[in-house]
Amino acid sequence: MKELTYLPDVATLKLCENTCNGCGMCTKVCPHDVFEVFAKKAHIVRRDYCMECGACELNCPVHAITVKSGVGCAAGIINGILKNSEPTCGCSNNNSKCC
Amino acid sequence: MKDSFLTGNFQVANATVPLVSTELHSADFWGAVMVRWGFNRDNYRVSPGLYAVGNPDQSSDVFVTANYKLSFDTLRKSLSGINGWILVLDTNGINVWCAAGKGTFGTNELIRKIRQASLEKVIHHKRIILPQLGATGVAAHKIKEETGFNVQYGPVRASDIKKFIKNGYRADKEMRRVTFRFMDRIKLISNDLLYGKFYLLGAIAIILAISGVAKDGFAFRNLFDKGSEAIINLFFAYISGIVITPMFLPYIPGRSFAMKGFLCGSLTFIILLLSGMTGSNLFENLSWFLIITAVSSFMAMNFTGSSTFTSLSGVKKEMRFSMPVQIGFAVAGVILQVIGKIL
Repeated sequence: MKELTYLPDVATLKLCENTCNGCGMCTKVCPHDVFEVFAKKAHIVRRDYCMECGACELNCPVHAITVKSGVGCAAGIINGILKNSEPTCGCSNNNSKCC
Repeated sequence: MKDSFLTGNFQVANATVPLVSTELHSADFWGAVMVRWGFNRDNYRVSPGLYAVGNPDQSSDVFVTANYKLSFDTLRKSLSGINGWILVLDTNGINVWCAAGKGTFGTNELIRKIRQASLEKVIHHKRIILPQLGATGVAAHKIKEETGFNVQYGPVRASDIKKFIKNGYRADKEMRRVTFRFMDRIKLISNDLLYGKFYLLGAIAIILAISGVAKDGFAFRNLFDKGSEAIINLFFAYISGIVITPMFLPYIPGRSFAMKGFLCGSLTFIILLLSGMTGSNLFENLSWFLIITAVSSFMAMNFTGSSTFTSLSGVKKEMRFSMPVQIGFAVAGVILQVIGKIL
């Protein structure tokens, strides 16, 4: 089966190569194989597969990665607009749907 | 909850740890089926804390998971034949990935549970294995700083754990990548089907009211003739968006879910048109095209939250474009419906 891809050129993922220490943690936590380490630095090799989950930013020990992470969920975004807050999928403490 | 998975107690370092079975029983199976259909979904939990599987000792591995029982069951089933420890975090009964996104499967909670379990007394090594998807909520280097334990991210799927261990605690690319196969999508459909029930009931109420409209005012007899046809059309539009589109997701053209839902809805409209379900004049036909595609597109767009590859930026972008179209279609559809009936 072909791999599913979403909209191109939207990901907010940024990697600062000067800061990167090449530890490769981002390659371990990324669920879509976006990074690759070569020449002692991480590189974004599959940007359009990024789903902005934020695992790389959180686990980068030298803070070389930034991404505006959040739920890629239409219901969550509508939720956020209605409650005038960040998009939230309401996974806990209430009966609404989990994303 | 009846904890049928508990098989006894295990004594370690002056503490008593519950021992769990790695076999799933019919209660676990039916519990899972119920949860998939929305029953008891918000309360399908296990108690957080430390558990033992097999016959673990101080050199055994520690596997961390969420206190959603489906997550816990998946993990213990994958640990058959392994002697190890399970550390369950309190995620309010939410699965690992969702809870990590919320931060409840998070750095602070993991630190708390490591301390509560006095993990440094239970094991004499420093490795704890987390599901890779927990990384969205846990900063491995902070766990190291605070507790001295090394977080090792295991595979995405618990079923790969044995392979992961055999590989010398390394996950290969296949184990690291999230997929969204046919069966993964099928499992989610029951829950999504229920999710939009209020949208569906609301739409049915509106369309029933319109069904009563006739040349000479409002006629209740029309509610039954025209109304049943209208309910069937809406129901199929809904199914098109939330069942058919997810099932055939990779094969429907378009990148955005709204577009996929629109195309699937168009096909649904054609089938209903050929079945004579979409009214007797051009206004009514066109009206049904607009309503069916709008409903299908909107419901398909809602499936983004269940998918495993959509980003916040992407969903926002597709919503900015498609929601005005969906609303425009629905409103125009309702107006044409009324015109078609009065003509």
